Amino acid sequence: MRRAAQVIGFACLPVAVLAAPADRSLSPTNIFAPVSTPAQSIFGLSLFVLSVTAAIFVVVFTLLLYCVVKFRRRTDDDGREPPQVFGSNQVELAWTVIPVLITVVLFMATARVIASVQKAPRPENAIRVIAIGHQFWWEYRYPDLNVVTANELHVPVSDPAHPTPTFLTLLSADTDHSFWVPRLAGKTDLIPNHPNSMWMDPQETGLYLGQCAQYCGTQHAKMLLRVYADSPQEFNRWIEEQSQPALTAAAVSEGQRIFERTACINCHAVTGTVADGRFGPDLTHLMSRETIASGAAPNTPENLKLWIQNPDAIKPSSKMPAMGLSDHELDAVTAYLATLR
Amino acid sequence: MSTDSISIVNADFASRPLAAKLHEWVTTVDHKRLGILYIVYSVVFLMIAGIEALIMRIQLIRPHNNYVSPEVFNQMFTMHGTTMIFFVIMPMLFGFANYLVPLMIGARDMAFPRLNAFSFWMTAFGGIFLYFSFLGANGLYGAGNAPDVGWFAYAPLTSQTFSLGHSTDFWTLSLLVSGFGSIGTAINIIATIFCMRCPGMTLAKMPLLAWLNMVMAVLVILAVSPLSAAQIMLLVDRYLGGHFFDTQAGGSAVIWMHFFWIFGHPEVYVLVIPAFAFASEIIPVFSRKAIFGYPVMVAATVCIAFISMSVWAHHMFTVGMNANANTFFVLTTMAIAVPTGIKIFNWLATMWGGKIHFKTPMLFATAFLFQFLIAGLTGIMLGTAPFNWHLGNSYFVVAHFHYVIVGGILFTTFGAFYYWFPKMSGKMYSEALGKLHFWLFLIGFHLTFDFMHIPGLLGMPRRIYTYEPGRGWDTLNLIVTIGVFFQAAGILVFVGNLLWSYFHGETAGSDPWDAWTLEWSISSPPPVYNFATIPEVRSRRPLWDRKHPEDPDWRYE
Repeated sequence: MRRAAQVIGFACLPVAVLAAPADRSLSPTNIFAPVSTPAQSIFGLSLFVLSVTAAIFVVVFTLLLYCVVKFRRRTDDDGREPPQVFGSNQVELAWTVIPVLITVVLFMATARVIASVQKAPRPENAIRVIAIGHQFWWEYRYPDLNVVTANELHVPVSDPAHPTPTFLTLLSADTDHSFWVPRLAGKTDLIPNHPNSMWMDPQETGLYLGQCAQYCGTQHAKMLLRVYADSPQEFNRWIEEQSQPALTAAAVSEGQRIFERTACINCHAVTGTVADGRFGPDLTHLMSRETIASGAAPNTPENLKLWIQNPDAIKPSSKMPAMGLSDHELDAVTAYLATLR
Repeated sequence: MSTDSISIVNADFASRPLAAKLHEWVTTVDHKRLGILYIVYSVVFLMIAGIEALIMRIQLIRPHNNYVSPEVFNQMFTMHGTTMIFFVIMPMLFGFANYLVPLMIGARDMAFPRLNAFSFWMTAFGGIFLYFSFLGANGLYGAGNAPDVGWFAYAPLTSQTFSLGHSTDFWTLSLLVSGFGSIGTAINIIATIFCMRCPGMTLAKMPLLAWLNMVMAVLVILAVSPLSAAQIMLLVDRYLGGHFFDTQAGGSAVIWMHFFWIFGHPEVYVLVIPAFAFASEIIPVFSRKAIFGYPVMVAATVCIAFISMSVWAHHMFTVGMNANANTFFVLTTMAIAVPTGIKIFNWLATMWGGKIHFKTPMLFATAFLFQFLIAGLTGIMLGTAPFNWHLGNSYFVVAHFHYVIVGGILFTTFGAFYYWFPKMSGKMYSEALGKLHFWLFLIGFHLTFDFMHIPGLLGMPRRIYTYEPGRGWDTLNLIVTIGVFFQAAGILVFVGNLLWSYFHGETAGSDPWDAWTLEWSISSPPPVYNFATIPEVRSRRPLWDRKHPEDPDWRYE
């Protein structure tokens, strides 16, 4: 199998050379810079397919170019019609059989990768995550770890020798969405009433970007994806922190009161308080996240205030309403949110 | 054939008042006039949908641009896609089929002339109805909004929960109405071809254009029917309490996808097979050779039509079908490459050994061969399901299907415009303007759609009104947008050329290309009755036989 891979790799050399500059420095969402097994399997297949199609292109394009140059009407043309040829069974047979053979090879290579990605068994130690698409943000639940969070998915990095893959169950609360982080795996849709699944095992720590890839409504464009592949220690620490209820600080009790007595709690939950809304992101550990509004803006106090007062300035037509708080109330609520670490 | 009587008819017509002329066009059942109505109608919508594309491209010229709101952008891509498929390419191809099929098989009209008129007006009112949504979709107080659910309108975004007002209803009803028009035309084309061929024209002696349009018509009936069914189901869901696609009540969003794509994929072949038909007429005439492998070309087309009914779920590789289903649809999708490849090789073999005359129609047909080759190869990439998990719904797939529809279908259709314009108008188009159109459009096409593949490879999904900086997409999107302006300039030259040539062009004569099919045996434009006496044919190229009595085709066929 390794030998076959080498042969294919050699055949792909011209394409690989072309793809060489196409690493992650070109784009953080480059499909040709995979760091996780499903994405790597696809990458291997894509190089093979690119090589085959490139070869077909060169042959047919050369024929076309030859026809155009060689058989164009000359200025000294005698005006006689060229010999009329009506067809040839041998030639027709040849250019039927050769494409059939090529498609058989392509089909078999493809079928193998489909099976390897879709039929991969889930190991016992795999992390289970339920990802739920909402208009226009992501909810993540870790059913075995008692964690609920939003928009920033944390998974453990996977050592190829001792893999710790993450298996996602994909659900939707409203319309169709699609989970696509190109360096980790191909996309899979989140469809209401139709649970799907996918998996990933990032082999390098870091932040991997992506975004919703199925049109889901007005703000489809700013439904961004952030996946953090943490070292095992960092991941455990993160899980530990996320599974705690929110700390309530007396200094911000005014902000908490305003938060709990306005419409905020209709949609947002803060574990350990009366806030248990589920229509919007869970805010229990809001400050542990680097971004707000599903990756649309950095999580700074200024952006948080702007988001509460005028969400359209960051993400027009999101489902977050403008809260219409006074300056004083806004400061108090923001101060409260800033304690949700 | 004398043209005297024709010029008298025209003179008579020209002297009538404008209202009478318009009345004649509105009430006509003549297949040639209906064909021209279809074509003019489609060119108007081509420009409207082109402007919608331009608005989208200006919005995407740089990251975080604020040229239009997300609401407007979503309406633009929905209307652009719906218009281009249903109200530009389909009517354009129906127009040519209407005009050419009776002429090429030696008939005096379509089998059902009044059904023909009915079908055209259904299509026309469907398009007008769709555009009325800009004014009326929120009610009749002029505060409308156009449909914004995307041209494949996935459930449950179309349910009343997520699509308020009536914009989705405008989309549904306009496609339902125009769908009935399409089915009517398809029945008409099939009946015409089966019942009205002139003496001597067996199915095996029919011009390829007629053959391919017949296959197209069969596909229209097979494909548009499920679409119409789905539209009715959606209406039932929205207004009669149905739950076909209502996921909140146990309905299935995936069922809509299956219904849509069992229409949507054969639809691609509904559009591309007539384009193949144009290429199969233009390439032989300008290469001065008979089409290579006529029986194989027919067989390959029928084969494509059959396989195209079994590939629809390759649009759904990312919706979570199991591995076996994905593998099956990879197999059928790959299979379709074989007959398509055969066609490309046959066109090349037709050019091989010919004396190719690069007039404007042939330039467009040659560019079609080049671009359709690339579109086919990117199609193979998309057909390999795992690669599709990346490429599907990205800008790569947008570039791919524009390569098919613009680079393949629209290019050959432009070729067809120039090729048959002398027949339809009696005037010759301006070759210089035609070549200017070709080069402007070619440059614009490649700037836009070559570069559009790359953001898809770099992770850019389709249907986003704006994007983040730092993803490596900025420069590419700028180039894509620049290309659109070249294309727009090309379209203006094209329309200008047609208009100018119609009024000021040189007289074309009945057979300017020294061609071989029956439409070139009668005057340009043809008389109302087409053929004074119904012709009799002995081969696929009756005019070749007439021009070369020493070496007629029927000796070999």
